[in-house]
Amino acid sequence: MRIARSRGARLGALAAVATLALSACGGGSVDDATEANESQAAEGGGECGDLQMAVNPWVGYEASAYVVGTVAQDQLGCTVEYKELKEDVSWQGFGTGEVDVVIEDWGHPDLEKKFFEGEGDGSAMDMGPQGNVGIIGWFVPPWLAEEHPEILQYENLNQFAQEFATSESDGKGQFLGADPSFVQFDEAIVSNLDLDFKVVFSGSEAASIEAFRKAEENKEWVIGYWYEPQYFNAEVAMQRVALPPYEEGCQDDPQTVACDYPETELKKIVGTDWAASDSTAVDLVQNFTWTNEDQNVVAGYIASGGMSPEDAAAKWVEENQDKVDAWLQ
Amino acid sequence: MTTTAPAPAAPKPVEPGAEPPPPERTRVSRWIPAAGVVAVWIVVWYFTKGTNTLALPGVARTDLHDELTEINNALLAGRDTNPVMQFTNSIADMLRSAFEWVQRMIVVPSPPRPVPEIGWLGVVAIATYIGLMIASWRIAVLVCLSFLSFGVLGFWQDSLDTLIVTGMSVAIVVVIGMPLAVLIGTSPRANKVVTVVLDLLQTMPTFVYLLPVVLFFGIGVSAAVVSTIFYALPPLVRIAGFGIREVSTTTIEATDSAGQTYWQRLRKVQLPMARKTIIVGLNQTTLAALSMATLAAFVNGPGLGKPVLAGLRINDVGAAFVPGVLIVVMAVMLDRTTTAASERAEKVARGGGGNVRMRRIVLAVGAVATLVAVYLSRTYLSLAEFPVYTIGDRLADGVNEVMDWVTDTFGGVTEVFKDFVTNWLLNPMQSLLAESPWYVSYVAISALALVFGGMRALVSTLVCLTGIWFFDLWHDAMITLTMTLVATVLVMVLALVFGVWMARDRRFDLGIRPLLDAGQTIPPFVYLIPVLALFGPTRFTAIVAAIVYAAPAAIKLVADGVKAVSPTTIEAGRSTGQTTWQEITKVQLPMARGSLVLATNQGLLYVLSMTVIGGLVGAGALGFDVVYGFSRSEAWGKGAAAGITIVLLGVMLDRITRAAADMRRDDGPGPRRAFNIRLPIGPPR
Repeated sequence: MRIARSRGARLGALAAVATLALSACGGGSVDDATEANESQAAEGGGECGDLQMAVNPWVGYEASAYVVGTVAQDQLGCTVEYKELKEDVSWQGFGTGEVDVVIEDWGHPDLEKKFFEGEGDGSAMDMGPQGNVGIIGWFVPPWLAEEHPEILQYENLNQFAQEFATSESDGKGQFLGADPSFVQFDEAIVSNLDLDFKVVFSGSEAASIEAFRKAEENKEWVIGYWYEPQYFNAEVAMQRVALPPYEEGCQDDPQTVACDYPETELKKIVGTDWAASDSTAVDLVQNFTWTNEDQNVVAGYIASGGMSPEDAAAKWVEENQDKVDAWLQ
Repeated sequence: MTTTAPAPAAPKPVEPGAEPPPPERTRVSRWIPAAGVVAVWIVVWYFTKGTNTLALPGVARTDLHDELTEINNALLAGRDTNPVMQFTNSIADMLRSAFEWVQRMIVVPSPPRPVPEIGWLGVVAIATYIGLMIASWRIAVLVCLSFLSFGVLGFWQDSLDTLIVTGMSVAIVVVIGMPLAVLIGTSPRANKVVTVVLDLLQTMPTFVYLLPVVLFFGIGVSAAVVSTIFYALPPLVRIAGFGIREVSTTTIEATDSAGQTYWQRLRKVQLPMARKTIIVGLNQTTLAALSMATLAAFVNGPGLGKPVLAGLRINDVGAAFVPGVLIVVMAVMLDRTTTAASERAEKVARGGGGNVRMRRIVLAVGAVATLVAVYLSRTYLSLAEFPVYTIGDRLADGVNEVMDWVTDTFGGVTEVFKDFVTNWLLNPMQSLLAESPWYVSYVAISALALVFGGMRALVSTLVCLTGIWFFDLWHDAMITLTMTLVATVLVMVLALVFGVWMARDRRFDLGIRPLLDAGQTIPPFVYLIPVLALFGPTRFTAIVAAIVYAAPAAIKLVADGVKAVSPTTIEAGRSTGQTTWQEITKVQLPMARGSLVLATNQGLLYVLSMTVIGGLVGAGALGFDVVYGFSRSEAWGKGAAAGITIVLLGVMLDRITRAAADMRRDDGPGPRRAFNIRLPIGPPR
């Protein structure tokens, strides 16, 4: 006991000495910086105010959100707050003022019904396309497309069904469904096209990516729901299987879907109140538009390059000031 | 559960040295009829399989599910006028400002200052001093090193945010939970009602109530705190209530005869005598609160959950691993500190506590040093903002390399193992449970419940199964039940092997405990990617994830149970010249039967609680339904139905195993205690 105490005392003394030593070499005084901040605050007076940017959980979205956020912060002087939320929660936030912008929306008829003017409470509004085009479909890894090019036609899928069988698929071929956040009609498509497949849901984007990566590495047979823009396609260029082409209305009844997914213009959704405010960021979001390639560059910085979203966005902005200038007009 | 350690918990006698109830006879008589039930089931299955399975496609919903969704929609539509929501929103505002105030004090810049009011050095010093004050210098060192590791690994702000959220939640849980604990500790009727609610809170997947919580409390820290409270409340209420109930009636009668009032009895007798148990409850609540950190990040809850999810988003194990490890560090720090503090308080209360004068001096010196550190951290920038180190990044890279090596090297072997378990255990069982017509499975499960648990288990089972049928997810429930059972079988195999090993080899015990603690506290999201890389998106992946989480608890329970077998019995056996194998199978395991059943019970519930995680890695079934409901507002009702179904499964499995262990109200305190107090993580004794 006694020993413990005296060691405690020594420890305290040691800590005190260490702090003193540290402080001796520590430069920079807090007081100076505080004064600098105060004078800066007096000069300033941003017209942008706060920008609450929802960040939905996929890397492409992160890229769009942080590029717009970085421009708003660095070039308009906004205070940007990024909020990591799933889509539904983000939309709920428009009405309470907790979210201003959803920068990449893949189409949520149910949410539009709840929150758009008309049927819903009018707390959210569509601010037009953001330039990215969402391509959804059935994809196979490149090695498979190369060795069996006929597989890229859905009519030929049945003859390979056994190759796709796994421990999960009850003797049929396995079709890898995706994260439940996405609109998926694959169960209906499989049954309506008489395909000898069973849909097994990966449950998350991470799980799908891991499955595709492994399939390409080990030449395994995999077919699944996949999409573009998506950073992973730069690493493994997934190949699309042609389904009966999309026609207007062929996906209206979920039970009878037997056609491919349409191309989706990704949209910007914003809070109605925020859009009516005089924040300078409104124009920025209104004007923001870029391409799938642009997004894939930034997403690649984040996902493969190991950069933080802030750094990745800043790097792209620096390299593409001309595009940014067009948004700031 | 160790024999004395984090104290009261430690029911030395999960299986007291006392005479075991005649195990041999009951076991034989149970397994034979059970086998009969299964045999009949298989015959019926053979002729009827595939009919009336009530299977529902993954993204399909029923009218009932849509009606449930309407509840959420109605709440949403009325949010501007709903008085309850206005009230809860004002609470949320208070939570938010309280959080932000603390944040400005210790972690974010407090304008116009470019740094918080107290810089990192001051925070570390204060935390260390608290450790010294409430526990010992050892704990102080532990706290100091933990705090430094937050900063050195590059997650200073996220770590402190997590601590603040945990602290706020636990404080509120104590305020709400202690009156409830007193209530259920003193009134058996209230106990029955509250226990049902606690079961619900503990087994309902968080994803189900996250959306409504956001509706009532808004996004961010308020939602994080509130959902943490829901999850962390049950352990305190349960354990503290149990402790109060256990205060010996003789003591109460003796003091009652002195004419005390209700309050006097509560404050002077019941609470002090239950203090040790209450602190175990607090310890468990703290750890539960910490484990919510990652889930809260789904609604922008601040803290270490964010970098974990960010790592998951880009499939970067290393990036998720480092913050995940910090959560483990934090858990160990909080666990050891609360345990040591309670032991110290106990000692002091009994008049011990060592040299008072010396301690005063140490505390005074410490206080001065702390004040100096706080002052310095308010003055110098470099002592206010934690310096940047690259060690965290390098650690992440190292982890990634190791993981790549593991997946490259073992990829083939693991595939074979996965296929073996899936084809020989999982698929046949699932076929029997899920492909039988629903009424056949219904009758068969009820019959098994009757065989193992008697009438009481049968009644609970009938109620639960009927509920599961009602919520329209029968087929998914059977698949989830199969996975849960298979995972629990594997957990118990591990628990027997490692538990017995730990009980017989103290060095092995010491070496493996930290790993077990880590398995229990590291967020599952951290190891999802490597497990996925090894096994692909399958049910087996979900089972592996569940085992990582559930096995540590079961292993510890078995180890402690086997250790508690009286040495005299073992000596007696040895003198008759039995082999080690005989000693284990004929003496140690049968005599530790109580803790084996308890380990099974806990294993089942821990595995079941991983169902939703399983839904994220390709296991489908109820887990997928819950995630689906959380992801798409039109399917919220299906997610809610799946959540309720999980609760019903949990209650059913719990009641059957409890009844199987012959847990009756008039049982001795030992086993009952073990069922009421969950596992604290703790050092071996």
